[in-house]
Amino acid sequence: MTIQIKTIDLEPKRQTFGHIARRLGGDKPASRYQEATLDVQATANFHYKPLWEAEYWQYDTRKTAVVMEDWYKPLDPRQFYYAAYNIARANMNQAVERNFSFIEERGLIEKLSAEAKAQIERGILPMRHLHWGSNMNMTEITQRGYGTAVTAPCIFSSGDHLGMAQIISRIGLELDGQTGASLDKAKETWLGDAAWQGARKLIEDTFVERDFFQLYVAQTLAVNGVLFDMVYKHADAAWRDGAIPVAMLTEFMSDWRAEEGRWSDHVVKTVAAESEANKTLVSEWASHWIDRAIAAAKPLSMALLNDDGKASHTAADAAKTRARSLGLSI
Amino acid sequence: MAQVASLTLLHNDDARPIIEAIMADNPGVRVLDMPGCVKLDRDMELVVNRASVEACIGRTWDPQEIHLVLVSMAGHLDEDDDRFAIGWAH
Repeated sequence: MTIQIKTIDLEPKRQTFGHIARRLGGDKPASRYQEATLDVQATANFHYKPLWEAEYWQYDTRKTAVVMEDWYKPLDPRQFYYAAYNIARANMNQAVERNFSFIEERGLIEKLSAEAKAQIERGILPMRHLHWGSNMNMTEITQRGYGTAVTAPCIFSSGDHLGMAQIISRIGLELDGQTGASLDKAKETWLGDAAWQGARKLIEDTFVERDFFQLYVAQTLAVNGVLFDMVYKHADAAWRDGAIPVAMLTEFMSDWRAEEGRWSDHVVKTVAAESEANKTLVSEWASHWIDRAIAAAKPLSMALLNDDGKASHTAADAAKTRARSLGLSI
Repeated sequence: MAQVASLTLLHNDDARPIIEAIMADNPGVRVLDMPGCVKLDRDMELVVNRASVEACIGRTWDPQEIHLVLVSMAGHLDEDDDRFAIGWAH
């Protein structure tokens, strides 16, 4: 007796949701990213007007001066949705854990010269406050922004900043024998050290920026592009004999910056390319905030590196070149 | 008669961008949808390019990752860091 095994090919009635199919121009299988992103945010039939800001609806394209015909144009080239983002970050965090245990096992932080420790305390630890401010900004863009394509990656980014602030806290705990004393001192530095006041003023001024896309430009091109890049990329000499341990412990920051930069650049580029008016506005914002960030970075660069601001100029040039490569005129 | 080079891949989220990349890079590829898998046939040669898959998924992709979704193949394998090719020319 022979048994014949038959298979029946059942055609699914539809490959994806109707609203995704309309976006893709036909009923075809969509990626998780597309299904978790496209047209997810509500656009109409809100029940209650937000009375704290009665001129707007909850989600309102008028909360920024730039105009997009479709806020789902600036998609994320990394295609991050919840799972993809978490998997990517879990992998990066594994490397962080490995680096910390490597440094702890060999006592690489304990063995540093007192000068290097003091430099790291002054130059790196206060960055946790800057990351916390950046976390606030990205969260603000998430809640004021328009379209899931923009706002979802923003909340991921705010989570990244919180994570990086924690990594810095751990560096502080390595320095002070897990007592937290260095972190208290770093807060005093953030609040009182003249070298940091420009950076503090800059991030505090961004807190009150109401235009969500202007805030996005300020955060990604200026704060990330100038301040973070200067401290994490161009300040190795500041950490003296601690340059290598610092590079290892801040590896997350450089990986994150390279990866998030792809997304944030793409968003700015797409919005600026939408119209001449957008390009003019975004260029103005970029040049205003990059200039402010350069002014904030200079005293830091001089205090940490005693280099007459050379590191801040390097970061400034890179930030401007980056902005120009996105089609902005600055 | 030309020999057929063929790849059979799972039909899931991980494989879909690979399938897309194959369809874009291999003119004349014949796609056979089966329950749970997709069989891609082409005369003589079938190529999966790393760059095309990366463009579809937005991250780096190692051609070795294809093994996670590969069900079956026909042809001689020629792979390096940039492509995964099967064919009968060699």
